[in-house]
Amino acid sequence: MNGILAVLWREYLYFKKRIWSITGSSLVAPLLYLTAFGWGLGRAVNMAGVAYIDFIVPGILALSTMNASFNAVSTPLSIARLYDKTLEEYLVSPITLYSFAAGKILAGALRGMYVGLLLLAVAFVLGANCKLSGLFLLLAFLNCLVFASLGYLVALKIQSHPDMTRFNSFVITPMIFLCGTFFAPEHTPAPLQLLIKALPLTPASQGLRSLALGQELSWYAPALQLLYLVVFIVWGLRASHKVE
Amino acid sequence: MIILDRVTKLHGDKVAVDHLSLHIKPGEFFGLLGPNGAGKTTTLRMITALTPPSVGQITINGHPVSRNNTVFKGQIGLVPQHVNLEPELTVEENLRLHGMLYNMKRDEINRRLAELLEFTELTAERHALANTLSGGMKRKVLIARALMHNPSLLLLDEPTVGLDVFSRRRVWDLIKSLNTRGITILLTTHYLEEAEHLCSRIGLLKKGRLIMTGSVEQLRNMVGPVVVEVFARDRTRLYFFRDQAGALDFASGLTEEFTIRQTSLEDVFVKMTGERVENH
Ligand SMILES: Nc1ncnc2c1ncn2[C@@H]1O[C@H](COP(=O)(O)OP(=O)(O)OP(=O)(O)O)[C@@H](O)[C@H]1O
Ligand SMILES: [Mg+2]
Repeated sequence: MNGILAVLWREYLYFKKRIWSITGSSLVAPLLYLTAFGWGLGRAVNMAGVAYIDFIVPGILALSTMNASFNAVSTPLSIARLYDKTLEEYLVSPITLYSFAAGKILAGALRGMYVGLLLLAVAFVLGANCKLSGLFLLLAFLNCLVFASLGYLVALKIQSHPDMTRFNSFVITPMIFLCGTFFAPEHTPAPLQLLIKALPLTPASQGLRSLALGQELSWYAPALQLLYLVVFIVWGLRASHKVE
Repeated sequence: MIILDRVTKLHGDKVAVDHLSLHIKPGEFFGLLGPNGAGKTTTLRMITALTPPSVGQITINGHPVSRNNTVFKGQIGLVPQHVNLEPELTVEENLRLHGMLYNMKRDEINRRLAELLEFTELTAERHALANTLSGGMKRKVLIARALMHNPSLLLLDEPTVGLDVFSRRRVWDLIKSLNTRGITILLTTHYLEEAEHLCSRIGLLKKGRLIMTGSVEQLRNMVGPVVVEVFARDRTRLYFFRDQAGALDFASGLTEEFTIRQTSLEDVFVKMTGERVENH
């Protein structure tokens, strides 16, 4: 428990020191999407009776919480492991690997929520409609946890910094566009649809959208997210036992 | 007490540490010496569970060393060879974080922090970011950090690299006083006068193998307490003797320049670990 607090305190200090650059850099992309696809392109589009902007706000929320949580853990932790070697200070200390992982993942997820809430605030101010509820925020937080733990796993697995760039280009960036964030996966051909629905960002965008539009949440969304969360955490913990 | 029992570490098919058995007793000041790549850092990394041995067992105060064993970790203070401070945290924040990781109470952290900042003469740098410090200052922070939680076993991997003469001597005084207070110390260094000055027992590593252990006195006697240093045209050769008489006898036949003196730890080191070993 003390270990988690120590790790969180360290993350808090870094967050405090970099708050403006963190806030700025994580909001640029989602605001561009909102502007270009939402207000620009979206004026002419109507998705089954829903204004396009209202349709994509949950999608953009899903992708930006993914990005923010993933990046909050992945790059800093890989640098701490491969370059600064600060990871060794934690490995040598008497905190458990569970506390370490929990602290890092929780901090990453909180960072994701911070960005997510800012984004929602902007979307509201600019007039998007989105039904907020406790369940909605919970689902967003679950998405943050999923991708913070993916960031944790990837940071411990890669061999060099270019590996991280590659992972971003081949896994994270495609998900931004593919996972039902800007369109309904049902509109794609069946085999592709199957793939899309299996990716970890899709349940977040689909689940958040259902709730935002006042529809019923299908069990598939949180179940798949939880499954991914468990897989990433277990795999990440195994990687922590082996990391040198 | 640290016990290494036939510990071997392989990197691929390269042997970094080779069947190393070592007992370090409580209160001892042990110096692990050896040329670059001899396996000193690897040995310390295994003792701190940063890397597992390929073969063999390590125990510390009866606790088997493993990554999941948090009991023994709290007793160890480590000064790593490479600076690994949190670069964007201040000196104070680095030390505080360490205290939290070692489960120290807040007032205890405050007290140790003040003591150690003063001791390492870093009080003025308290609020400086770690990555803005000079190399020597970073080393001092590493040392202060390792001492925060009052470890009973201190592992120092070349702790005085880059320190000026005054700081180095201060560090020597400090670790010496820690040792007299009962803290067990394991030190690696390339400064042989440092080892000579500090260590009660020394182990010489060569290519992962422990080739000699003993006090400075014992090591000297093993190779010969008197040395004749002969300055041949292109290089210096060392010849070791049991006593002064033997050395004089040998020297009288020399045509080159030479000196006769007491064998130093450096002479032992050069003879035992160097490629250019000379024998008489
Ligand atoms: N991660 C690694 N992968 C492969 N080989 C390694 C690794 N770490 C160390 N080695 C090898 O193990 C051997 C011992 O290295 P080690 O760092 O323990 O030496 P050292 O005695 O500390 O040297 P120095 O005095 O230069 O610090 C070297 O041959 C080194 O190349
Ligand atoms: Mg070394």
